[in-house]
Amino acid sequence: MAFVNGLKCRECGREYPAEPLNVCDFCFGPLEVVYDYATISEVISRDRIEKGPLSIWRYKDLLPAEADDPVDIMAGFTPLIKAKGLGKTLGLNNLYIKNDSVNPSFSFKDRPVSVAATKALEFGYETIACASTGNLACSVAAHAARAGIRAVVFIPSDLERGKIIGAAIYNPVLVAVDGSYDQVNRLCSELADDYPWAFVNINMRPYYAEGSKTLGYEVAEQLGWRLPDHVVVPAASGAMFTKIWKGFNEMACLGLLEGVEASPFGIDQNTVHHPAVTTAMHMIQAEGCSPIVTAWANKQTQVIAVRPDSLAKSLAIGNPADGIYSLKVIDNSGGSAYAVPESNIVDGIKLLAETEGIFTETAGGVTVSGLKHLAKSGAIKPDDLTVVYITGNGLKTQEAVEGVVNPLYIKPSIRGFEEAFTGGK
Amino acid sequence: MGKQRVKFTFEDNLVKQPVIYELGQKFKIITNIRRAEVGEEVGWVVLELDGEEPEIQRGLEWVSSTGVRVDPLGGDVIEG
Repeated sequence: MAFVNGLKCRECGREYPAEPLNVCDFCFGPLEVVYDYATISEVISRDRIEKGPLSIWRYKDLLPAEADDPVDIMAGFTPLIKAKGLGKTLGLNNLYIKNDSVNPSFSFKDRPVSVAATKALEFGYETIACASTGNLACSVAAHAARAGIRAVVFIPSDLERGKIIGAAIYNPVLVAVDGSYDQVNRLCSELADDYPWAFVNINMRPYYAEGSKTLGYEVAEQLGWRLPDHVVVPAASGAMFTKIWKGFNEMACLGLLEGVEASPFGIDQNTVHHPAVTTAMHMIQAEGCSPIVTAWANKQTQVIAVRPDSLAKSLAIGNPADGIYSLKVIDNSGGSAYAVPESNIVDGIKLLAETEGIFTETAGGVTVSGLKHLAKSGAIKPDDLTVVYITGNGLKTQEAVEGVVNPLYIKPSIRGFEEAFTGGK
Repeated sequence: MGKQRVKFTFEDNLVKQPVIYELGQKFKIITNIRRAEVGEEVGWVVLELDGEEPEIQRGLEWVSSTGVRVDPLGGDVIEG
């Protein structure tokens, strides 16, 4: 069973039952899940987690959906790899890669969507929907196929064909909207009010976002129930960034970390900061869409929306819903925020591929380039335990790295090969 | 009649303009402010608009034409 008390507005604190809501009726602030941590603390243990399935549902006690029969395509429990090659190149001796590009639909989105789809069935929905330019569409369509329900996926009509095949293969209703980014954005938001569908990132958002906490839990478990000194995380809406931090703090408060005593969550579950959580949270965005980094750099209390113009389409959210909350996490954790020049994104993809054998999408290129900056600037010291999150697969954005294809063209003969291979020497 | 929840963002050069007042005067739309913040560089207002849907659309197009940014509540809903 889910240990959920209800929903609560992050702005005015009003409480609501656990229903398909995402906005406070009074102040229009975002709603967050409220857990019954007192009961959770009585049942949860490392042993119970370790005996669970090799997916995000091993942490079912901390997820807001009934987990007896979840919509599970085995999202999560992805590898945490000691990055010897990349670490050597960057001068980092204790670097790990959380490789979330190997999820079933090839991005971290499978985590929140698995929770949202499970919750949608619980609420009795027969359709799950989303507006997406890539990864989210793939994940929603895949989970709907698994659940045997309909998926309706909205995409901008000018989206590259290659990007939609990964979603279309699962046979969703694919709606290509002819309009600007802002028009598509507003239309989908309005449709969520009019249709009885579970829009994973609109009316399911409080539950959906919680799935990303598992990125925090897994890293802690895979490191032997301890936390890293630094994490380096890409950001679009900022939701994943804040949820990793929340996951770390939940584990600390519940006494699941090595050598850490359990402690109360206090009044506001979403802003709790356990003193044992000393991980510095570093956020990376691409320069072409970096509203949160800009706000942090300018010490602003508000995030000013921008019109995205970045190679990293999966990070291109110009008006990030969790921007303000991300700023608080950066400051509370002693972290930082950095915007990677657009020209460095492909370099980051190649660096990861050539040193670790991992092919990531453009968002991963942003993250690796950001990590490189943090190492070079001294923000991360050589022996600091550092985890970099790689959240999507390179096969999704192959067009970004087409320039790497430069084969040796030869005649079908030994001589032809040797001439090309050795340059005739 | 329908309702729509939106966020208006004003750059500093637009903060002093009575855009919400004019929206109610120029169009048959009732505006209801729920949350707002005005800072040095930018101000934003979260509000509910009540009126006929085509009228709301015309009103929002006019707001956009003044330079004020109009977004759905809760940030962008299109994700990568």
